Amino acid sequence: MTDKKPLVSVEGLSKAYPSPNKGPDLVVFKDVNIALEKGEFVCIIGHSGCGKSTILNVLAGLDEASSGGVIMEGKEVAGPSLDRGVVFQNYSLMPWLSALQNVNFGVRARFPSWSAEQVEAHSKKYLEMVGLSTTMDRKPSQLSGGMRQRVSIARAFATQPKLLLLDEPFGALDALTRGIIQDELIKIWSESQQTVFMITHDVDEAILLADRVLLMTNGPEAKIAESVTINLPRPRQRSNIIEHPGYYKIRNHLVDFLVNRSGELALRESSDNSPVIVDPTDDMTDEPEPTDIKLVASESEQPAA
Amino acid sequence: MMSLNMRATVVALVFLAVLLGLWEAMNQPPEASEALTEFELLMGGADDQARVPPPSQVLALAWQELSNPFYDAGPNDKGIGIQLAYSLYRVLTGYFAAALIAIPLGFVIGMSPLMYRALNPFIQVLRPISPLAWMPLALFIIKDSEQSAIFVIFICSIWPMLINTAFGVANVRSDWIRVAQTHELSPWRTAWSVILPAAAPTILTGMRISIGIAWLVIVAAEMLVGGTGIGYYVWNEWNNLDLNSVIFSILMIGVVGMLLDMALSAVSRLVAYEE
Ligand SMILES: Nc1ncnc2c1ncn2[C@@H]1O[C@H](COP(=O)(O)OP(=O)(O)OP(=O)(O)O)[C@@H](O)[C@H]1O
Ligand SMILES: [Mg+2]
Repeated sequence: MTDKKPLVSVEGLSKAYPSPNKGPDLVVFKDVNIALEKGEFVCIIGHSGCGKSTILNVLAGLDEASSGGVIMEGKEVAGPSLDRGVVFQNYSLMPWLSALQNVNFGVRARFPSWSAEQVEAHSKKYLEMVGLSTTMDRKPSQLSGGMRQRVSIARAFATQPKLLLLDEPFGALDALTRGIIQDELIKIWSESQQTVFMITHDVDEAILLADRVLLMTNGPEAKIAESVTINLPRPRQRSNIIEHPGYYKIRNHLVDFLVNRSGELALRESSDNSPVIVDPTDDMTDEPEPTDIKLVASESEQPAA
Repeated sequence: MMSLNMRATVVALVFLAVLLGLWEAMNQPPEASEALTEFELLMGGADDQARVPPPSQVLALAWQELSNPFYDAGPNDKGIGIQLAYSLYRVLTGYFAAALIAIPLGFVIGMSPLMYRALNPFIQVLRPISPLAWMPLALFIIKDSEQSAIFVIFICSIWPMLINTAFGVANVRSDWIRVAQTHELSPWRTAWSVILPAAAPTILTGMRISIGIAWLVIVAAEMLVGGTGIGYYVWNEWNNLDLNSVIFSILMIGVVGMLLDMALSAVSRLVAYEE
């Protein structure tokens, strides 16, 4: 384990809403700790309503936690920033702008000193990366759902944030389109080496994309119970990843958690409330490579505030 | 098979022909040879002045007026074009002055819940007041009938624009605001490059309602203040018992109102977007 500080650390995050009938507060999640290393691709899975979007919005600076906080590069996150790009589930493109203008919008905000030509060239590069070079002048209403999500991904990557937050980016897409865009996402991620935090409901998607999958228990009072290392070699291909001997071990572990264990309140947990690190492939004959993924800083390791 | 548009045009022309035909047929002067009743004798003959002129006469007058719309033969005899130009000038001046105030103020109300609550009672009380009710006060304060008419247009066109702007701004999809936030746009940039285009269709709807109301009100306002304008013209021709001119100017009011609405509708199409 290295003692390098993580890019982002979420510390003791809780979110509660006042109960409508003067009862005790409704605690959505409690004492959530996450550390994201630079360049890491982390997926988070949990049942609907456990608070995944809320965590992502707190990371983005769009929502406030009830207690705890987010530290990014030694600084407390206190509001949205261009360092953290967000891809929303419903694409959130401006319908009055063309695909290219939507990406320009992000690029211009990120690089205000650039000339119009520079902005446009940069935007086009990213639209080409997601395979939209021929439909750049169309309005979002003239694009399919998959194309819109690609524009949204291009906009997020084009602003080159240090951390990319994706809230179920492929939730509304059919399996075929989803697969193609997953490939594109993994391609630009591996080229850019950005840090990605992504919510998904799809176990296979998480295994294909992630270095690590965080498993959330059901709410209320949800927490992150496990951090599952996806110990599969990259580059991974949708077509042959299932042939890897570790694939089903990981998949079964994740599915078993979601189906059987996410509802159990008494989950095994470490003393400092950090998620348990699990590598479902580590009992396999071939020696697993030591992971250099670091747990969230425990009390003793935390930098002096 | 004809297109729907073609068929609609044909049906509309049929309606027009039937309407004009009936109007023409029902307003022919009665045969002079017919015996006059006692009442008609009292009224001075069968071809009494109160009879609505048939369309053929109105069209003849329209032809004559429209072939020389801008003649000016003294205060009580100006071409229809001059009268309409006076009215349009007043409507557009009052209307754009109202837009200049209503749109920025609507932005403030739409963006700030505090301002919304603080200003809403004023709007609710002022809005239902008939614009003409302001006329005496305007005449007293401004002491100029021309500017009072403009003021009345201003006051009647401000409300739809104000309310629609506030509504459009307050209901901009929160996703787009979030996109602006995550891109660290300043409040001014957000207002200009996200909220304005997002709310523009709603604002334009308000502007379209306003121009319609302004055109309705100018006729009444000019009947009150007199002097010039299409409203004054209608009233003046009524006093002259020139029903031909009254009907002709009524039609012109309709045509100009339609053109104003078409202009605003063309602008709305420019800012419309499909979600
Ligand atoms: N204003 C609010 N008042 C009370 N409860 C709220 C409020 N907003 C959200 N919640 C609750 O917070 C919880 C977490 O919501 P969140 O959107 O983060 O869930 P999620 O894990 O993203 O779910 P999904 O997978 O369906 O998107 C939900 O159970 C929801 O009921
Ligand atoms: Mg969600």
